[in-house]
Amino acid sequence: MWVYEKKLQYPVKVTSCNPTLAKYLIEQYGGADGELAAALRYLNQRYTIPDKVIGLLTDIGTEEFAHLEMIATMIYKLTKDATPEQLKAAGIADHYVNHDSALFYHNAAGVPFTASYIAAKGDPIADLYEDIAAEEKARATYQWIINMSDDPDLNDSLRFLREREIIHSQRFREAVEILKEERDRKIYF
Amino acid sequence: MRPSNQKSYVPYHSPYDPCPPIGKKYYSTPPNLYMGFQPYNLPQYSPKEALQKGTLWPAFYDYYENPYERRR
Repeated sequence: MWVYEKKLQYPVKVTSCNPTLAKYLIEQYGGADGELAAALRYLNQRYTIPDKVIGLLTDIGTEEFAHLEMIATMIYKLTKDATPEQLKAAGIADHYVNHDSALFYHNAAGVPFTASYIAAKGDPIADLYEDIAAEEKARATYQWIINMSDDPDLNDSLRFLREREIIHSQRFREAVEILKEERDRKIYF
Repeated sequence: MRPSNQKSYVPYHSPYDPCPPIGKKYYSTPPNLYMGFQPYNLPQYSPKEALQKGTLWPAFYDYYENPYERRR
């Protein structure tokens, strides 16, 4: 069960009317390494992982939904007042004819979200390594979006999200160490 | 000493490559790659600062800016 706090994890402010940025951000919304895929992956893996790290997957999976909500807010703000002409110029005319300015779970290339993004092997080490890779990929995606964006306020929120990916990767790495059960026994292998 | 959070390399540029060389390619190597299991009693940010930065731990803070912008 979840408790919902009716506020964003970090403020989202968008200065410039730039629907092109929405096109990039949709990658983190419904893409393979996006926040939805991350949330569903972690929350689903919880059932088949040793008890010691279930709580970590719950916490991080939940936080990913908070990130998803931030991304949704960014995309909404960037597109809500855009005219069809502006959306066309931004290269999201295809999105417009299907969805108007409604959000939809697809990636930057318009490929709809699919459950095959959600890896679950059932092997704790394989799954945690997958999670570490997913966090590093999401971190890289944020970097590429920051590189393409010239909106300082939006970049501020994106930097927060990138920092969280670093922390999540760190905690997954620690989870692997816990499962290896060699911590504090030997320093060198 | 703390390792740098960014590395770079220069990709080979052939005389027949169509675009001008990009010069250095950058990649991030954030602090989580070097920490291993987090040690006890690391310094912490104030709660307010931690909420702003996205981490409680200065050891994990890695500010990112577009490295290609800086170059210009």
